[in-house]
Amino acid sequence: MKKIATPLSDESIKSLKAGEEVLLTGTIYTARDQAHLRMCRMIEKEEKLPLELKGETIYYCGPSPAGERIIGSCGPTTSSRMDAFTEPLLRVGLLGMIGKGSRSEEVREAIKRYKAVYFITPGGAGAYLSKKVKSSVVEGFEDLGPEAIYRLDVEDFPLVVGIDSKGNDIYKRGEK
Amino acid sequence: MTTRRITNDDIRRTVKELCIKANTVLRPDVLEVLKKGADEEEKGSVSEKMMRILIENAAMAEKETMPICQDTGLVSVFLEIGEDVSIEGKGLKDAINKGVEEAYKDTFLRKSVVADPILRDNTGTNTPAIINLDIVKGDKLTIWVMPKGFGSENKGSICMMNPTCTEEDIVKFCTDTVKKAGSDACPPYILGIGLGGTMDTCASLAKKALLEPVGGKNKKPHIADMERRIREEVSNLGIGIMGLGGKSTVLGVRIKESPTHIAGLPVAVNLSCHALRSACAEL
Repeated sequence: MKKIATPLSDESIKSLKAGEEVLLTGTIYTARDQAHLRMCRMIEKEEKLPLELKGETIYYCGPSPAGERIIGSCGPTTSSRMDAFTEPLLRVGLLGMIGKGSRSEEVREAIKRYKAVYFITPGGAGAYLSKKVKSSVVEGFEDLGPEAIYRLDVEDFPLVVGIDSKGNDIYKRGEK
Repeated sequence: MTTRRITNDDIRRTVKELCIKANTVLRPDVLEVLKKGADEEEKGSVSEKMMRILIENAAMAEKETMPICQDTGLVSVFLEIGEDVSIEGKGLKDAINKGVEEAYKDTFLRKSVVADPILRDNTGTNTPAIINLDIVKGDKLTIWVMPKGFGSENKGSICMMNPTCTEEDIVKFCTDTVKKAGSDACPPYILGIGLGGTMDTCASLAKKALLEPVGGKNKKPHIADMERRIREEVSNLGIGIMGLGGKSTVLGVRIKESPTHIAGLPVAVNLSCHALRSACAEL
């Protein structure tokens, strides 16, 4: 199976095709509803974000507490709730997104325009996915608790390409 | 008939244990339909692989006492209290919430409850729970705990249909609800459907239908037939796990019905992801 690493290079993004399975290794950052809302407001006000988004990959995830472990269960949350906040993040350089479910037409267009990529990973498999995480630290918005931004180092994290950089979308099958 | 005494402390302890069990041990009936679903996928396909990951995930969660899913839900607690049961001690509601709090606070379960829908401050305890009480005959107290994530809860819907609507109309409404959810709410889905009652009880029936064995069927043949038809129509949507278009779109459909008014036919669909979690104990 194809293996890719973060930060995602232009070539590796270009090579990814919608529907393709990949294993991802490297650093990704969690962010979900409230973190997206905050980052978009900060971008609007031209404030400094808690992380430099350029070239990075965001994972729509709010893990359960780690306890003695590296991380708790950490599956994806529904991506479509982040649709309204996605274009501003892509505009400042975000390249990869990981979540579950379909995206809006606006997001698909933006992914194509910014030559980015959207991956899906199985929802409801949080215990399994936690074994692919090698380290986890809070990177920003700590006050948001489970919704804080965590920096995760992952190894062979299982993904399927949902929308590739040409705008091909696995959820648009048969809609053309 | 003598009265059986059950203390609030028994209830608190039981609710705590059930919260942990429900979140870490996948229901045997759910696991069974998942395995069946995985076997039906095309051999070697991505869908089959993903279905097997779900089964592996359930085994890992149970073995390591980890949450099956990071969204450990808003907790619904259902109590069936026998008429011959006397609950001792003050504050049944407090006892239930205390049980939930003890399970979630300072443990590995995610706290996902906000105190106010607009201000959205996390309560930090995953309380309050949604409490449903029912009085039944006998001297038993049965408690169900269902922690439900909102990825799927968000996709439920209710329709106050006309009394003259056809069974086809009902099947279509249920199918359309799943169609709208698409791949977003972690298919393959399990559908809890409420028919009848009032608007509020119908929604509650839909949730309670999810407590029924996923592979079972309604005792009334005409309702069981609707379960079968809805399942068939929803399967035809061809969503599949992760929306990949595999064979498994729905793992089960359960209906709970209730008497209703001459002027109406409420229909509610409570959608569940494949990780339908609940646990039950009888005191």
